[in-house]
Amino acid sequence: MFQDSKIPEGPLTEKWEKHKFNVKLVNPANKRKYDIIVVGTGLAGGAAAASLAELGYNVKAFTYHDSPRRAHSIAAQGGINAAKNYQNDGDSVFRLFYDTVKGGDYRAREANVYRLAQVSVNIIDQCVAQGVPFAREYGGLLANRSFGGAQVSRTFYARGQTGQQLLLGAYSALSRQIAYGKVKMYTRSEMLDLVIVDGKARGIITRNLITGEIEQHAAHAVVLATGGYGNVFYLSTNAKYCNATAAWRAHKKGAYFANPCFTQIHPTCIPVSGDYQSKLTLMSESLRNDGRVWVPKTVELAERLRKGEVKVTDIGEEDRDYFLERKYPAFGNLVPRDVASRNAKQMCDEGRGVGSSGLAVYLDFADIIKRTGAESVSQKYGNLFAMYDKITGEDPYKQPMRIYPAVHYTMGGLWVDYNLQTTVPGLYATGECNFSDHGANRLGASALMQGLADGYFVLPYTIGDQLAQTPPTPVTTQHPAFAEAEAQVRARIDKLMSINGTRTPDDFHKHLGHIMWEYCGMARSAEGLRHAKAEIQKLRREFWSDLKLAGTEGEMNQALEKAGRVADFLELGELMIDDAYNRNESCGGHFREEFQTPEGEALRDDENYAYVAAWQFNGEDQPEILNKEELTFENVKLTQRSYK
Amino acid sequence: MAGSNPNAKPMNLTLKVWRQKNRNTNGQIVDYQVRDISPDMSFLEMLDVLNEDLLRKGDEPVAFDHDCREGICGSCNLFINGRAHGPEAGTTTCQLHMRKFSDGDTITIEPWRANAFPVNKDLSVDRSAFDRIIQAGGYVSVNTGGAPDGNEIPIPKEIADRAFEAATCIACGACVASCKNSSAMLFVSAKVSQLALLPQGNVERKTRVENMVAQMDKEGFGACSNIGSCAAECPVGISLENIAILNREFLSAKATSNNLA
Repeated sequence: MFQDSKIPEGPLTEKWEKHKFNVKLVNPANKRKYDIIVVGTGLAGGAAAASLAELGYNVKAFTYHDSPRRAHSIAAQGGINAAKNYQNDGDSVFRLFYDTVKGGDYRAREANVYRLAQVSVNIIDQCVAQGVPFAREYGGLLANRSFGGAQVSRTFYARGQTGQQLLLGAYSALSRQIAYGKVKMYTRSEMLDLVIVDGKARGIITRNLITGEIEQHAAHAVVLATGGYGNVFYLSTNAKYCNATAAWRAHKKGAYFANPCFTQIHPTCIPVSGDYQSKLTLMSESLRNDGRVWVPKTVELAERLRKGEVKVTDIGEEDRDYFLERKYPAFGNLVPRDVASRNAKQMCDEGRGVGSSGLAVYLDFADIIKRTGAESVSQKYGNLFAMYDKITGEDPYKQPMRIYPAVHYTMGGLWVDYNLQTTVPGLYATGECNFSDHGANRLGASALMQGLADGYFVLPYTIGDQLAQTPPTPVTTQHPAFAEAEAQVRARIDKLMSINGTRTPDDFHKHLGHIMWEYCGMARSAEGLRHAKAEIQKLRREFWSDLKLAGTEGEMNQALEKAGRVADFLELGELMIDDAYNRNESCGGHFREEFQTPEGEALRDDENYAYVAAWQFNGEDQPEILNKEELTFENVKLTQRSYK
Repeated sequence: MAGSNPNAKPMNLTLKVWRQKNRNTNGQIVDYQVRDISPDMSFLEMLDVLNEDLLRKGDEPVAFDHDCREGICGSCNLFINGRAHGPEAGTTTCQLHMRKFSDGDTITIEPWRANAFPVNKDLSVDRSAFDRIIQAGGYVSVNTGGAPDGNEIPIPKEIADRAFEAATCIACGACVASCKNSSAMLFVSAKVSQLALLPQGNVERKTRVENMVAQMDKEGFGACSNIGSCAAECPVGISLENIAILNREFLSAKATSNNLA
């Protein structure tokens, strides 16, 4: 063990209770003497900032958006899991824990996941109390639906806009604390570096995105809630501004980066339509409850479809292959995301893909529309169907959707211990920004759960442990480390502005995305990864010698913002490749072509790879150091995942 | 490519775009030509094409706000040919696609125009006034922890659905931009209605509406004259009924409470 993950002793079911008792407390009168910086105001950051302020701490919250209500948590569609067992269908904390560990292909920490399942029930209560308008039954009680990777209905939802409603709940709690003066909100402020004083996180350097001013901010602790790094791939379902800069800067200041190769490809996204494509749009996994996934049975028929010689609605049942239902009778269309994605790719690789590019499969609602009527389907999925229609110009009530997998979520992230503290004392990471709960694959409706669990119910307890051991003396930006970090930030911006080459930040980003998708996407191989590493190194050199920017740094400059983020993606991308190359097994979202079962399923190697790969920065252009946190499983039996 | 419309012809367009260096300078309309625009592109992807061209030439790209490009974050906010979010009803700018335009069209693109939304640069405006209105009372005052079980507060489905409809406001500001008075009544009423409909919001019902309306007035938004262009242009269909609810809530609060002077 390289690092104490601080997992409490004792039986799984008692760890969190015991730990909450054992962590040190800051007395109520002293809380106002501590300043905490929270970077990012999505579900994890917004919930944390509000909850910490309610406890009495002084919070400074930062977002690069114009308002904390715009974080990408808002786009989550399908729902949030909780082990309420309101449906009386056999759910329990242990079952949610078990499903999550299994769904993550046994690469998550048992203790963290169990805690997540435990606090899941409190999240629903909290959100209801805030006025989040969850879907209800006619009797007035909360409604549930089922989601991939589970055989119970434990997903709470607000039509197809659950993330929006939960985020607005957290935003309202945050707004209340801003009004009270307990949270000072900095909008359009981007964190560009972490400041470390005497080995501890003591502040950040930010750039005001409207004026270009560089600012120093000090605090007793820093919380990163800055989301995932899916935009390394350029095309993903992430929002355009989503980036890894805050996490990557922290990594380069000493925070280990764990399992970067664990990225999730979501099976149901609207396919790419052209080179101009700027992002991909997810069609919620909840659609797989009622939609049936299929491709034509034969390559010949698929070809005729692609050429427009036959219409999809003219293809009879006998010529369709409902491949998920055929291969996985127990879970059918609701297999976990990694399995569904790989199978879609396999169908397209076989030449049975549809759409003019052949890179799509059908998601068909004809059966459910026939069974329950278009009106009832519209009640459930109306906004998703309308969105699909707007983007593609096709009506999913009349013909099946075309879908294809796309990068959606990153399970990897900053390494954290049980307290959500990174390897830098005083620096915490929450939500998608950390690595801790989803292993190698995240189950649907679990991202919202984890973000809010961390923000509302975990961090507010655990951060006190470290603060109680920190003297409540005021922190300032007087220490030379602040000036030093600011100088580094300025030097980097100057460098970006002065290259004056020919290629735009987006041009480099697209190029990087192409390399990552091709070699580090749904399927990876040692040979491909070696090739990709060389390509990225070359691209990075080109970036620093041929980048084109305009305007100045002392004003709103979106191309400059983008350039800084792409520069960090170019480094993180290489680490993802190193990690994928190191992990000689297939598990969850990480599929190495060399390691598969005869049926083409992921083949894990528990003997050699049941560990968290935590990478340690070791200087510019130096190979990173691999630290291993062994994963031990005492409460679930490691099996080959089967959804058949 | 896998576009839905493989036979659609690329378009050449003239853009008339508002350029303004910052909030302290005057702006002006500048003309640009964009070529080979695919009908399957989104409106913002068309602007990406323009910006890539400008940047390659060493000119400053046009600043505009956007993020999720799925119609939910509320960041994008362009006034296109005289209409908030452009010609398609019920659609944010990011979800507007170029198939709604024709080859040879001239498209005028401006920022939201309202005193309460100062221009940051080009097409980007400052909507922090909306945040301050929410801070004035757009919440239920519950701290984390200690909430009763979710099912202890049963809510009739019809009420929950109506509250949800109001809660879907994305705070883009199209209502303000479309109103001849730059009124924020639709935005404010959506939040007031959501919480007035739900039992959770009942305790603070009166102070909430009074405080939010007071902040709305303080921010410099105009009065409502019941024309309804806000609801007509709202990309997520927030209903005008909410304004009626707001007025009722406000009057009843004023008539019965001593909260504000």
